[in-house]
Amino acid sequence: MSINKKILRVEDLRVYFHTKKGDSKAVDGNHFTMYENETLAIVGESGCGKSVTAMSILGLVSEPGEIMPGSKIIYMGNVDKPEDGLNLATATDEQLRDVRGNEISMIFQEPMTSLNPVFTVGDQIIENITIHESVSKEEARKRAIDLLGQVGISRPESIIDNYPFQLSGGMCQRVMIAMALSCNPKLLIADEPTTALDVTIQAQILTLMNQLKEKFGTSIMLITHDLGVVAQVADHVNVMYAGKVVETAPVGELFKNPKHPYTVGLMHSMPSLATEGERLAVIKGTVPNPLYLPKGCHFADRCPHVMPICREKQPKATKIASRHRVWCFLYEQEEVVQEEIVEVEA
Amino acid sequence: MLRYTIKRLLTMIPVVLVISIMIFGVVKAMPGDEVTTYLGPGSRASEQTRMEVREKLGLDKSLPEQYVRWLGRVATGDLGTSVALRKPVSEIIGSYIWNTFYLNVLALIIALIFAIPVGIKQAVKKGSAFDNFWTVFSLLGISVPTFFFALVLIFYVALNFGLPLSGMRDTMLSSFGYQSAWQEFCDVAVHSILPVTVLAFGSFATFSRYVRNSMVEVINMDYVRTARAKGLKEKTVIYKHAFKNAQIPLVTLLGMYIPSLFSGAVILETVFVWPGIGKVLIDAVNQRDTSLIMACLVFSAILMILGNLLSDLCYSLVDPRVKVDG
Repeated sequence: MSINKKILRVEDLRVYFHTKKGDSKAVDGNHFTMYENETLAIVGESGCGKSVTAMSILGLVSEPGEIMPGSKIIYMGNVDKPEDGLNLATATDEQLRDVRGNEISMIFQEPMTSLNPVFTVGDQIIENITIHESVSKEEARKRAIDLLGQVGISRPESIIDNYPFQLSGGMCQRVMIAMALSCNPKLLIADEPTTALDVTIQAQILTLMNQLKEKFGTSIMLITHDLGVVAQVADHVNVMYAGKVVETAPVGELFKNPKHPYTVGLMHSMPSLATEGERLAVIKGTVPNPLYLPKGCHFADRCPHVMPICREKQPKATKIASRHRVWCFLYEQEEVVQEEIVEVEA
Repeated sequence: MLRYTIKRLLTMIPVVLVISIMIFGVVKAMPGDEVTTYLGPGSRASEQTRMEVREKLGLDKSLPEQYVRWLGRVATGDLGTSVALRKPVSEIIGSYIWNTFYLNVLALIIALIFAIPVGIKQAVKKGSAFDNFWTVFSLLGISVPTFFFALVLIFYVALNFGLPLSGMRDTMLSSFGYQSAWQEFCDVAVHSILPVTVLAFGSFATFSRYVRNSMVEVINMDYVRTARAKGLKEKTVIYKHAFKNAQIPLVTLLGMYIPSLFSGAVILETVFVWPGIGKVLIDAVNQRDTSLIMACLVFSAILMILGNLLSDLCYSLVDPRVKVDG
C-alpha cells in the first residue's frame, strides 16, 4: 500500500451557531485527515454536522455560525509539512478566495438551484476559469466545452449556451462537476451530490465522479447519508454523530467489522436482500439537540451498550486496526493504543 | 418579439376605446358645464347667448353623439380646443408635459441612485441597525402624504435657506429674459430642489423596499452560495449573481412608473405651482374643460398600457426563462 500525500487535515474543528437560546454546536471537535487520490465519505444522519464541516472547509459558514478559535483546517495541497499548510479556519478572505473553486471546489445537493438561473452554463464555467487563471475568454470557452464533453454531455458546443432551466437535473449536476473541476482542484467536496437525482442518474453521476477522480487525481470528500453510495465509491469512511466523528475506517473494514454501536445500528437499518420479510432495525430515540449536548458520549442516550462512564466522560480514539479508529468506551478497556488525535500511519 | 409587440398594440385599441367611453361618462356626469367656463365667471349673458354657445360647442347633441364626434375629431389628430384657455389641447399638453417629464425623471434617477445600494445593503445586513433605520425611513416615505412633506419642507427648509417656494422659474428673470442659458439652467435647478426632493423621497422609499425584499429572497439561494464557493469577490457575488435575479420584480415596478413620468404628480405640482401636466389637469377639472380632461386622461391610460407592455418585454431581457412569443 503506497503512502499517499496528505492534503487536508482537520483538527478539533468546532463550528457553533450563536442563537438566542445559546450556542448550537453543529460541529463539536471534529478531526480527520484527507489523502491525495482518495475518496473520503462522511456519513451520518441529518443534522449531524456533515454539511457544516464541508462548508467550514471553504469558509462558507455564514452568520450566526462561527468556526471557533482553536479549530484547525490545514490545507496542504501544495506543501509537504503541515506546518507550511494554510489554516483555512483563520485564513483571510483573499486567501480563501484563492482556494475556493481553484484548489478546493464544491458541488451541492440541488443541482437545479445551485446554478444561477439568469446566466448560461457556459458563462458560469468560464467565470470560474477566468477568476483564477489569466486566460482569454475564447480559451476559457474552449476549455469549458472540453470539460462539458468530459463530464459526459453530448453536443457540448451547443449546451454551453443553454440556461440551467433548459437542462435536466442530471445535466445540471454534470455542469456543476465540470465547473468544479475547471481549475483542476486538489480536492472536490461533494455535498450529497446525488440526493436530488433519480436512481439511474445517481449511478451515472457516481461513476462519473469515480472516473474523474482517476483522471484528474482529485481527492473527493463525499458527504452522504446513503450507505449504498458509500459502498459504491468511497475508499475511507468517517461516521459522524451529533457533531463528532465516532468511527473512521477504510470502507471494506467498516462494512465487515463495524465497531461503534451507532455504526452497527446504521448497518442494521439498511435494507438488504438477506433480511427479506423482517422488520428493519431502527436506532431508538433521536439525535440530541445541538443546543444541549450531553456531557459524556453524545450517543449514550440511544446506545444499547451504555455504561455509567459513557454519561460522565467523552471517549477517546481507540485503534482497532490500521487506519481504523473508534471513539467508544466499549473498546477503550481493551488496552489498545489511545491517541488524542487521529494520527494515522499507513 | 415583433409579432408579440404588434399583437399587444392591436389589443390596446379596444381597451383605450372602453376607457375613453368611461372617462367621457364621468366627465359629463360632473355638475356644471363648459358654457359657464366659456363665457367666463360671473357672466351676465342672456339665455339666447347661452343657447348659441351650447350649439357652438356641440353640447346640444345627445351624449352618445357628442362622444362619437369627439372620437371622430381625435381620429383625425385633432384633440379639440380648451374652452378655458382658448388654445388647441395638443399645444397645451405639448408645452407642459416636458416640465412634468423633467421633474419626474430627475426624481426617479436620484431615487434609484440611492435606493439600489441602500436596498442591497439592507438585505445583506438584514436585521441590523442599518436595516432597521432605513426600513423606518422608507416606511415614512411611503406613508407621509406628499403635500404634508412638501409643506414641511417649505416651512422649515425653503424659508430658512431662501429657496424658491413655487414655480419653475423666477418671475422677474423669465419675464425680462435670461442673459444666458447657464443662468436659465441655474434658475430652474434651484426651483427644482424642493419638488424633486419630495418626489425622490417617495420613490426612494418604494424602490428601496422593493430592492431590499427581492434581494432578501435571492441572497440565501443556492446559486449565491455556489458563486461564493467559486472564489468570487463578495461584491461580485452580491451585485452580479444575486442582484441580477433580484431585478426581475423591479422591472415590473419600473414599467408601472413610466406613465407617471409623463402624467404628473397632481398634488405635488399643485403645492409647488409647478407648470406641469398635473397642474393642467387639476385646472381643467375645476373648469369642466372637457377636451383637455379627456386628452390628459386618455393619454395617461395609453401610457399605462404601454408601460405594462414595456415591462413585459423587459422581462425577457432580465430573465431568460421568460420567452415572449405570439
